[in-house]
Amino acid sequence: MVVFSDDTTGLKPVIYRRGAHVSFRTMGNSVMLVAAMTTAEQRSKQDKVILEAEFRSLMERVAQNRDRAAFEKLFTHFAPRLKSFIMRKNANAELAEDLVQEAMIAVWKKAGLYQPGRGSVSTWIFTIGRNLRIDRIRREVSMPLVELGDYDEASDDPPGDEVLARKQEDSLVSKALGGIPEEQRQILLLSFVEDMAQSEIATRLNIPLGTVKSRMRLAYGHLRRILEIQP
Amino acid sequence: MTPAHHLDHSTILAYAAGTLDEAIGLVVASHLAWCPQCRTAVRAAEALGGGLLDQLPAAAVSENCRARTMAMLQGASLHRFPAPAVADAAVPGPLARLLSVANLDDLPWKKKAPGVAMYDFKLSPTAKGQVKLLRIGPGRAVPEHGHGGEEVTLILGGAYRDHIGRFGRGDVADLDEDIEHKPVAEAGEDCICLVAIERPTRFKSIAARLMQPLVGI
Ligand SMILES: [Zn+2]
Repeated sequence: MVVFSDDTTGLKPVIYRRGAHVSFRTMGNSVMLVAAMTTAEQRSKQDKVILEAEFRSLMERVAQNRDRAAFEKLFTHFAPRLKSFIMRKNANAELAEDLVQEAMIAVWKKAGLYQPGRGSVSTWIFTIGRNLRIDRIRREVSMPLVELGDYDEASDDPPGDEVLARKQEDSLVSKALGGIPEEQRQILLLSFVEDMAQSEIATRLNIPLGTVKSRMRLAYGHLRRILEIQP
Repeated sequence: MTPAHHLDHSTILAYAAGTLDEAIGLVVASHLAWCPQCRTAVRAAEALGGGLLDQLPAAAVSENCRARTMAMLQGASLHRFPAPAVADAAVPGPLARLLSVANLDDLPWKKKAPGVAMYDFKLSPTAKGQVKLLRIGPGRAVPEHGHGGEEVTLILGGAYRDHIGRFGRGDVADLDEDIEHKPVAEAGEDCICLVAIERPTRFKSIAARLMQPLVGI
């Protein structure tokens, strides 16, 4: 536990985590700053937190003001990653760009549905790309999806502290991804990026299905410990 | 509703990645409609997808794609906010979409054994698995069986017990294929189960299928 106080900044410490990871919130503003980091890794985490704060504010401008300039900034960052993601599933560049366009239009239309307390902008855009891939590319097998937000009740809302903690989600998730053994990371890549079912992964890697599942459980357990999700 | 038995974490990850077969996906989505805890778990797993998306190398997007997208914004209608779903409906939303009747009693149930009736859902022709509704009379047992494949069961009504515990409305049994169990419906009311079965791709021979007596229940 680190307690950090700096009277000159006027910032109020709100979250304390293990290690030298201290976060601040400006009064009346949700932008997070992370102080007291020195190493390159910490610097990159700091950049990520600031980047994520910027994405959130861009999303807010799109949702509330229909701000085209804010949207175009999101496009600049996410469209090339979505294209890369979509092209993993045998799509040619032309189809991939059609789907990137469709995904980004969905971001524009659905911006009001994005709930900052429930995950990062990257995660939300990932789910849009994933759903599109299920609908449009992998036609041979359709997977039913439930719109998670449709079922949320007020009582499900995370408490205020947790909402703040979630704002660091991106840096924590990259920490989780960086900290798992390569064999688990490989399975995550094959699932989330290459769109392979557990049985396909088992065949590809020539390992039992049970091993695929246990590596997935370990990777998820690692993430939960880092995100401090109960139980 | 606060279910007591939840999805396996490997199933949560596969759902978040979007790689489940239609059959298992349907039962998983139905449990999620009822289970705040597993919805939270899916969101955390989706964050892994977000993190991996961030780490992908950027693929150059043409100016044409950017220009077309920007040009479409003006005419893009706003997403219509859906009416809030009923979290505690008698039948979970993802399943209700497949039913043409409002009440499960009105389905054309087929009697399979004394006290056991079944209804088969029609999925897309390409679905690898099957989805069935099982109605087990009070006190009736389903014969002991292993799975010989992926099987996920959601209890829609009533309850059953096996050596793992009691499974009531909203609970999901997401068991490894090597687990054998012998569910017995509780006294009092029918136990209604939604079951997804996916045969393992590696057991293709007819002989092997004959050795999975309950797959076709
Ligand atoms: Zn659950």
